[in-house]
Amino acid sequence: MKDTTEREPIIEFRDFGFQYNAQAEPTLKGIDLQIRKGEKVLIAGPSGCGKSTLAHCINGLIPFAYRGTITGSVTVRGRETQDLSIFALSRTVGTVLQDSDGQFIGLTVAEDIAFALENDCVQEPELHDRVLRAAGAVGIDSHLLNAPDQLSGGQKQRVAMAGVMVDDVEVFLFDEPLANLDPATGKSAMELIDEIHDRTGAAVIIIEHRLEDVLHRSMDRIVLMNEGRIIADTDPDTLLSGELLRSHGIREPLYVTALKYAGVRVTPELKPSSIRSLRLGPEEKQKVLDWYRRTPPSPAPPPRPVLLKAEDVTFSYDGRRETLSHISLEIFRGESLAIVGTNGAGKSTFSKVVCGFEKPQSGTLCFTGLDWPSLSLKERADHVGYVMQNPNQMISKPMIFDEVAMGLRNRNVPEEEIRPRVEQALKTCGLWPFRNWPVSALSFGQKKRVTIASILVLEPEIIILDEPTAGQDYRHYTEIMEFLRELNARGVTVVMITHDMHLMLEYADRSVVFSQGRVIADDSSAAILTDPDLVRRASLKETSLYGLALLCGIDEPKEFVRRFIDFEREAYRS
Amino acid sequence: MKNSPVKTIVSIGIGAALFFVLGRFVAIPSPVPNTSICIQYGLLAFMAVLFGPLAGALIGLIGHFLIDLSWGYGIWWSWVICSGIFGLLMGFAGKKIRLEDGTFGGKEIAIFNIAQVIAHLICWVVVAPILDIVMYAEPANKVFLQGLVGGVSNIVTTAIVGTLLCIAYAASKPKKGSLKEEK
Amino acid sequence: MRNIFNYVDRPSPIHRLTGATKLVCLLLWSFAAMSTYDTRLLVFLTLLSLVLFALSRIRFSDVSFLVSFMAAFMVLNNVLIFVFSPQHGVTLYGSSHPLLSLGGQYVITREQLFYHLNLVLKYFATIPIVLLFVCTTNPSEFAASLNRIGIKYTVAYSVALALRYIPDIQKNYHEISQAQQARGIEMSRKQNLVKRLKSAAAILIPLILSSMDRIEVVSNAMELRGFGKGKKRTWYMGRPFRPADILAMVFCALLLAAAIALNVLNGGRFWNPFR
Repeated sequence: MKDTTEREPIIEFRDFGFQYNAQAEPTLKGIDLQIRKGEKVLIAGPSGCGKSTLAHCINGLIPFAYRGTITGSVTVRGRETQDLSIFALSRTVGTVLQDSDGQFIGLTVAEDIAFALENDCVQEPELHDRVLRAAGAVGIDSHLLNAPDQLSGGQKQRVAMAGVMVDDVEVFLFDEPLANLDPATGKSAMELIDEIHDRTGAAVIIIEHRLEDVLHRSMDRIVLMNEGRIIADTDPDTLLSGELLRSHGIREPLYVTALKYAGVRVTPELKPSSIRSLRLGPEEKQKVLDWYRRTPPSPAPPPRPVLLKAEDVTFSYDGRRETLSHISLEIFRGESLAIVGTNGAGKSTFSKVVCGFEKPQSGTLCFTGLDWPSLSLKERADHVGYVMQNPNQMISKPMIFDEVAMGLRNRNVPEEEIRPRVEQALKTCGLWPFRNWPVSALSFGQKKRVTIASILVLEPEIIILDEPTAGQDYRHYTEIMEFLRELNARGVTVVMITHDMHLMLEYADRSVVFSQGRVIADDSSAAILTDPDLVRRASLKETSLYGLALLCGIDEPKEFVRRFIDFEREAYRS
Repeated sequence: MKNSPVKTIVSIGIGAALFFVLGRFVAIPSPVPNTSICIQYGLLAFMAVLFGPLAGALIGLIGHFLIDLSWGYGIWWSWVICSGIFGLLMGFAGKKIRLEDGTFGGKEIAIFNIAQVIAHLICWVVVAPILDIVMYAEPANKVFLQGLVGGVSNIVTTAIVGTLLCIAYAASKPKKGSLKEEK
Repeated sequence: MRNIFNYVDRPSPIHRLTGATKLVCLLLWSFAAMSTYDTRLLVFLTLLSLVLFALSRIRFSDVSFLVSFMAAFMVLNNVLIFVFSPQHGVTLYGSSHPLLSLGGQYVITREQLFYHLNLVLKYFATIPIVLLFVCTTNPSEFAASLNRIGIKYTVAYSVALALRYIPDIQKNYHEISQAQQARGIEMSRKQNLVKRLKSAAAILIPLILSSMDRIEVVSNAMELRGFGKGKKRTWYMGRPFRPADILAMVFCALLLAAAIALNVLNGGRFWNPFR
């Protein structure tokens, strides 16, 4: 690793604090931090730790867009940000926001990349030249005339990167760059960031809580934050060797957890920052092997009856390209199933067809004991509930009780029956203490529960959730998923559409992989994530546990992964 | 907090896009066959109250202009202008309502609805027909009756959709206060 | 859904004119057609617009949907006018040549028919031009054009933003509406009107509240990339005027001048053959 401590700092926080006008407490307290030229720094921390606020202080949204009180000092290239303007700062710091749709302002790729240059009054032909160069640098130059709805999430992110690269910035600031990407795309995004870093020599700051995925490429430092303070500021190997990550709500890489379970003392000398840099001696390998041997194999899942069956289902939005082609699939009563695949692979469309939002061109759907095709959209919803990704897109009533009661009221259920059913749903979802609150007082995760409650109250046999944990940190992820597991244990069949590998590994009995409108695999999650060929075709990423198993010479990596998951589940419960 | 100029521009753009989508694709069947109800004026009233007269006027103008353009029946300028005027008037009325702070109670509901009734009447029963007569030389009784029917239907939709939107928006603003968890 | 405005990407002399030119011509032309009821000028404009249409290489099939819609609108408007004011032509032209009596005040007169003819000609004189504008102007060029004709660039950009977010909002609306229908929201005729509007609100509320969050993200993104910093900005899709552009604009200005001159010569907006 290059030594960067000698270089001059570009960004410097000194005893810095910030309090939003609307808040009673400061969000940032006593921040001392230096970012030097050409460094790569990861800022990690659970939601609400202040990492986004810190980013706002770097790019100038604080104090220029969000008002509040600043204490101490923050300088960019030696000047206090308060004395500059958001425009002056944007010439030094280029920000790539988390929401790549929100950041995509132009009508086409070329116009969006040109946006900053247009605002700078750059004239032709320089304007076209610079756009073309930036587009080439991120490999999007063959899509210059495409509109955003013709691009994938990964491509939109590349456009966003090109859009800040047109100005020769000295710092790239990425706000949760992996949040909306599937695992394989996230991996190539990290590679691209690394490449840009090498080529431009600019400093890179990444705000993320998905530590393992960021560390796919090396980072110089990790700054760990919690409750508005910096907890640690050190190199990745040192940080991963300690217990700080866990105690501050950040998930450490799975292979590090596995090493710790096996009783291996993780030290910086083992180079634990990536599965590829990891150096294990014979003694450590033996410990992992021993742990594997003494951990009992997981029991086979019980046989379950078929609840819903899709046969040869084909669907197309425009009559030309088949979004779903010849899908045959069974969903079993009481299971928890993950549907995975890239954006546009057809997984969301499949669930819409199941719910009756869209009608398939051919093929049949059978729901055990019902005449499924003859049911209306509303009638199907009594059996299959659908929860959207963003709870804000489902909630239409100001009060929690009314929101949950809405489906029943629309079905003309008598009011005296509604009350106990809503109360039961609120209790199930852990919302009972908030039953008289307005929705606006709830956190994002709690709102998600409200939407789940509003579906559960209709007592469906199957509940389909689109990305149930999108945008959640590890603690909220665990909360939501443990709640879904309880629900599943009560007999509700849970289907999750996701591209989160941890989720499929830890919470799904079975995973179905969609690719280009077809089902290309239907197996246990551990089996899928340890099959390199399948992983590639499905745009997934091999679990690092697989790498660890290979490293330690375990001949059944799939079984190793299974035992790890079971072990961890037990560890979580106790 | 005062809106920044850029935020006003963005609210105009997204407001006009919403106006367009509601006006162009969301058809609510009305009691009269083959006609549907314009719910976009409920949205326009809400956006104007929230973002002010300039935003209101431009959302109405741009949104309506784009709707006409996309149908291809030519641009019916008199009505486009009136959508702009409606947004403008509601924007001024909005100065009496502090919606961004999350207050929208009985008093505000009354102000909002009195203002929208007056604004709709000015637009559709006075200005639009006069413009139709001046610009297109159409017969007076026809355009006044058209304006009256349109105006009344817009008043009803704004009263329901606009009021509900304002209430929902006000309720979505977190309020400081003493919410307690209950056992 | 990019093509909601039916832009047809097929090179032609009309396509080569800048967006700003076409916008100016559209405005001048429609004001000319709007201000005059001189049948001779209307016929000329109609014929000319058809020629231009041919020149643009837009095929009838590209616009057939729009044309059928427009025809329905035109018929409806004419019927309404006749129902409400069967003697409007008589008032306008100051004479009455009855042709056929349908009872009561519903007497078809030559004047009334001539008035309707003018009304229809007005449609024929303007609509092809609007279609032409829609089909030959790249939506990306639209905001740059508005700025070119003197509208502040910030305001012009709000039009670009509207065009940018229409497809997103449409998609959101569709998804929200499906999810709410599953929970039993209905907007069909089975419900009474007030209920239907309340149902609509149940879909609109989540759509609009999530759009409010979007406003915040987009304005941050724009400020971070320097929007609003100067008094001017350049446009990637803007193009310089060429001689053909100037010529087209001058020609359309002359059309408007002709319309105004005829209004003066005819002593009013109507050319009266009955006098």
